[in-house]
Amino acid sequence: MPQVMDADRMGRALTRIAHEILERNRGTSDLALVGIRTRGVPLARRIAHSLKDINHTDVPTGALDITLYRDDLMRHAVGPQPLVRRTEIPFSIDDKRIILVDDVLYTGRTIRSALDALIDFGRPRSIQLIVLVDRGHRELPIKADYVGKNLPTSLKQSVQVRLQEIDGEDEVVLEGDAA
Amino acid sequence: MTLRSRHLLGITDLGAEEIELVLDTAEAMKEIAARPIKKVPTLRGRTVVNLFFEPSTRTRTSFEVAEKRLSADTLSVAVAQSSVTKGETLLDTVRNLEAMAPDMIVMRHASAGAPHLLARLCRSVIINAGDGMHEHPTQALLDAFTIREHKKRLDGLKVAIVGDLLHSRVLRSNITLLNTMGAQVWACGPATLMPAGLARFGVRPTTSIDEAVADADVVMMLRIQHERMHGHYIPSTREYFTLFGLTPERVSRARPDVIIMHPGPMNRGVEIDSDVADGPYSVILEQVANGVAVRMAVLYLLAGQEGEAD
Repeated sequence: MPQVMDADRMGRALTRIAHEILERNRGTSDLALVGIRTRGVPLARRIAHSLKDINHTDVPTGALDITLYRDDLMRHAVGPQPLVRRTEIPFSIDDKRIILVDDVLYTGRTIRSALDALIDFGRPRSIQLIVLVDRGHRELPIKADYVGKNLPTSLKQSVQVRLQEIDGEDEVVLEGDAA
Repeated sequence: MTLRSRHLLGITDLGAEEIELVLDTAEAMKEIAARPIKKVPTLRGRTVVNLFFEPSTRTRTSFEVAEKRLSADTLSVAVAQSSVTKGETLLDTVRNLEAMAPDMIVMRHASAGAPHLLARLCRSVIINAGDGMHEHPTQALLDAFTIREHKKRLDGLKVAIVGDLLHSRVLRSNITLLNTMGAQVWACGPATLMPAGLARFGVRPTTSIDEAVADADVVMMLRIQHERMHGHYIPSTREYFTLFGLTPERVSRARPDVIIMHPGPMNRGVEIDSDVADGPYSVILEQVANGVAVRMAVLYLLAGQEGEAD
């Protein structure tokens, strides 16, 4: 299983994204980061850290659990319900420029759920999207504003993002055959 | 991790891991109450029938709020206005309701085992909201949730449950849950209201409230259930209060960080002094708020099992 990103490349990609955020938003005023559980949350924290290093400003950071908004939740025949975890958005998102953070962008359904969830918390001025890996195969009209790496994949493959905070190491691995 | 049973009929259906799962899920659900829009789309299109054959304000409204926050369609059948008063049997009532294809039925009934009967004969997922003097599982779960929020654990705690032990389904569900989670339960009440063989359930029975409350981490007061008493169990409510009422003086024998709980409805001046009920150690209103989160967790976890047959 080939590694497509190691710790160095991941770090550089996140730093580049932090610069792009500052460029596009002309600073960090009214910005807030919201990571999608599980791996979007540490990624959001790292980007907040980079933004502080570069711009010396604190960007509020939250965590969003989208389980209760999933469109497949009650459709599957029988199976264990996915674990619901806490959503923690300790600030008002009204009139903020929210940047959602997730590890992999695939069908776009997670992001659709996240948009629904977020809008229940208020009316942000805008919502942008960061993903570490965009692997294609969208099923909904959703596009990322900041991408760590575009990774062409086949439907049979799976993309595993591992992060220090959760998995003990930083890497992105592509599993399965391309055919 | 999931619940093994299709229904929630009693705490006896749940193991320690399943109880943890409900409590952890409830923690996530609790946050929804703090949002500007207190609603998630999870149970959209699901129908939940609340079938209450006994009066209930707290439990029924708590289930209704929980169902609505999960976007389920709810309908509440109050027995006073229903065909039960016209002589229909329980099973016929429920079969007629089932013909309208509800996904879940939340039921309270004066007879122990009524929800178990439905679970055997109905397609719907059954949630027991209190059956006679038998079980009240969601109450025990919300009590455990409230205790865990304050104490960060359940194992090793001394929990004193004081009052009308004989008629209390809250007691029975709590004993099972707290024993499973490793707490030490003391059960205190007058000898006339003490079920026979209580010690066999792994609790310490006592008729002395001072002994029960001494160094307790949690004191749970139970209501004197006049409506279930077909005889004279206590000489007077005044004497009962003198011997078993929770007063500030008695609270001072418990641990300094004790929490005082009551499943409601409270009889002030009978089992609990107003100064205690409204005092700094009381978490009685938190229990009510937590009840919604716990019931949301139960509804969510059981919704995944609707398709399954026994």
